[in-house]
Amino acid sequence: MITRGSLLQGLSAALPIWLGYAAIGLPFGVLAGQTGLSVGQTALMSIIVFAGSSQFIAVSMIGSGAGILPIIITTFFVNLRHLLMSSTLALHLKGVPKGLLSLFSAEITDETFAVNLTRFARGGWDEKKALVVNHTSHLAWVVSSVAGGMLGHVIPQGAFGIDYALTAMFLSLLVLQSSSALIGFFALVSGALSVIIFKLLPGTWNFILATVITATLGVVLEDRFPRFLKGREEGHDA
Amino acid sequence: MTPELYLLCILGMGLVTFVPRLLPLLWLSGREISPLFVRWLRFVPASILSALVVPSILLDPAGGQLSLARPEFLVALPTLAFAWWSRSLGGTVVVGMLLYSLAGRFL
Repeated sequence: MITRGSLLQGLSAALPIWLGYAAIGLPFGVLAGQTGLSVGQTALMSIIVFAGSSQFIAVSMIGSGAGILPIIITTFFVNLRHLLMSSTLALHLKGVPKGLLSLFSAEITDETFAVNLTRFARGGWDEKKALVVNHTSHLAWVVSSVAGGMLGHVIPQGAFGIDYALTAMFLSLLVLQSSSALIGFFALVSGALSVIIFKLLPGTWNFILATVITATLGVVLEDRFPRFLKGREEGHDA
Repeated sequence: MTPELYLLCILGMGLVTFVPRLLPLLWLSGREISPLFVRWLRFVPASILSALVVPSILLDPAGGQLSLARPEFLVALPTLAFAWWSRSLGGTVVVGMLLYSLAGRFL
């Protein structure tokens, strides 16, 4: 069982994610409704898939009459980046039973990954608190997509700056994850690469390619210039 | 799309989304990870966050044009500064939303 303290910590960590999911779940539900999906069908997709951008893409593909195979293949590539997130989380989930890991992994999204990883790195975080973040975020995603499908735009578009909630959250987590000048510098490289790759290769390859190239570059440069880079990485604890 | 086909479609989507989420965690959490891979992985979180967020603030969602005049980018600068100063996730989200709604009014 989970203690009251862990539950509250998990809930407060998840709060920004709920806000962000309301901002994108509502328009997703609206779009799904306009495409002709019933509220039940929309809910089922949000329950089973739980991956925002790929769901938007799938619904627009359904709307344009695509077959299920192209939709499933596209979904696979759009969501392949979770491979990197799952690998990173594994460093913090050693010795957790396989059943719990499977449950946990089903709810790895960009947002739950970033929030949980930042907490793990800071210390005092465990799989139970992380599961609270994951489950409640998933619930927020399902509820907001259903609300969008049933009620339309409940929150007027652009109100309260809510469309910026996830961006602000990512910016903050980016700062928190940049535990040293070295990591921060390579994060900038990755952001620039991501833009350049997107221009050359439209789609979602830019996320994975930029990250893989940057991390490899980081390790290679560290080996090549050990003394130069060493002084620029202090206080790293991962 | 018929309801049966739709169900098959989302089950397929769920499966191909679940497997890349599951396999690294199952494989890696039970064994010693090579030190080289650990070194590589420590660049991943900040890099992937940056790879996700930078295009979303710099590129126009419709045409993919790069522009420094977008409110998403202009608001990102003080938001980043606040995040740096406060180290607070919730506070940064609130400040970012506030600045963005102000930007929508004045820019």
